[in-house]
Amino acid sequence: MTSEYILRIVDLHKNFGDREVLHGISFNVKKGETVVFIGPSGTGKSTLLRCINQLTEPDRGHVYIDDDEVTGCGHRISEYRQRIGMVFQNFNLFDHLTAVQNVEIAPIRVRKMKPADAREKAMEELRRVGMQDWADHYPSELSGGQAQRVSIARSLAMDPEVILFDEPTSALDPELTREVLEVMKDLAKSGMTMLVVTHEMDFARSVATEVIFMEGGQIVEQGPPAEIMKNPKHPRTREFIGKIAEH
Amino acid sequence: MDILTILAQWGPYLLGGIAVTVGLVVSALVIGFVLGLPIALGQVYGSRVIRTIAAVYVWFFRGLPILVLLFLFYFGIFPVLGLDFPAFVVGAVVLGLRGAAYQSQIFRGGIQSVAEGQMTAALSLGMTPWMAVKTVILPQALRISLPGWSNEYPEILTDSAVCYAIGVMELLTRTSQIVSQTYVTMPVYIACAGIFILLNYAGMQVIYKVEEKFAIPGFGVKAG
Repeated sequence: MTSEYILRIVDLHKNFGDREVLHGISFNVKKGETVVFIGPSGTGKSTLLRCINQLTEPDRGHVYIDDDEVTGCGHRISEYRQRIGMVFQNFNLFDHLTAVQNVEIAPIRVRKMKPADAREKAMEELRRVGMQDWADHYPSELSGGQAQRVSIARSLAMDPEVILFDEPTSALDPELTREVLEVMKDLAKSGMTMLVVTHEMDFARSVATEVIFMEGGQIVEQGPPAEIMKNPKHPRTREFIGKIAEH
Repeated sequence: MDILTILAQWGPYLLGGIAVTVGLVVSALVIGFVLGLPIALGQVYGSRVIRTIAAVYVWFFRGLPILVLLFLFYFGIFPVLGLDFPAFVVGAVVLGLRGAAYQSQIFRGGIQSVAEGQMTAALSLGMTPWMAVKTVILPQALRISLPGWSNEYPEILTDSAVCYAIGVMELLTRTSQIVSQTYVTMPVYIACAGIFILLNYAGMQVIYKVEEKFAIPGFGVKAG
């Protein structure tokens, strides 16, 4: 039996010391959906993303991609990570490589793609994020927005089934934020499955298929953006949305 | 005897010592690199046992005076093991083993100063930890290490003179032979010192060239 969900998260728990960061998180994601996570800082949103590709190992619970269990798979985790891309708040581009080398390195090393083919693929992905003219520049020569677009291209080059965005615009000023969000919007339109942790409410409103409000390591409320953003049922959600709207 | 006659007569013999000294230094640097890098990796990524072994190694080889180490290996450890190495080999190996301890700490610093997000990003792309170390961490760590590492060359070059004590036919050994044959001291030692200074200069030029070749905009330290 294959489920209709590309990603299933079942009862994830994570403690750091005696601080409980994830307290039984469960949700499902269909192919092509954009799920946006909102909520106060320190409520486990980033930890949740890192538990999905096992950069942080959850204490309990299960993660399935296409019905393959990712949790507890041992050294096969690197195979699953190829199918789950990740984009970081601080970009984490490889500092010693140019933009195009950043994008082609994983296809070459991990996928054993021929360097010429990988270069072609990398240029294609850079075009997709509008960074083809910066291919030969090093990360230190790029603006934050440009660096983040390259890091999205780097993730795309592995043809992931899902991409996790961990506060992708939190380190950027509003103008650079916009250029990154544009790229993400296009990605969502093209049918990429995306999980996005962000404080950008406009993005959530206009792009998300589902918004999940998290607090205290739990999902407080979830639903389509129109519902969550306009008519939140839970008082905590209402308070959070209200606070954000003041800004 | 006048100086020029002496230098003309003994010069070639003294200059022959350059090859021996350079041989000691290059061998020691290579041994130090080949052992030092794995020791650094072991200290950063290894299990508790490996970390302990690495730490003990570094502690031992940095804790003893170079002359004590040299005698220990030449008169003690190698003979006990039944290894009858020529003095040159003992000198190169001891300088190399000791250099590995120092180099390992230079590389460890380099590895640890690579931003943590680099490893995270590499893993998230599906690289195995070892692949990530090879393709992402080390290329950066070695660049960061290069300025510190460039100290190793003059260190080992000057330390190599200690091999005089076990009779390796390097520069200082030959210099003192010439002195005892001719009873001329000052000019001969000055010639010896001059050669060391020149070797130092030439070697540093090579290292600066390497730094320049691997320099990356906005990354690491600019070439001198």
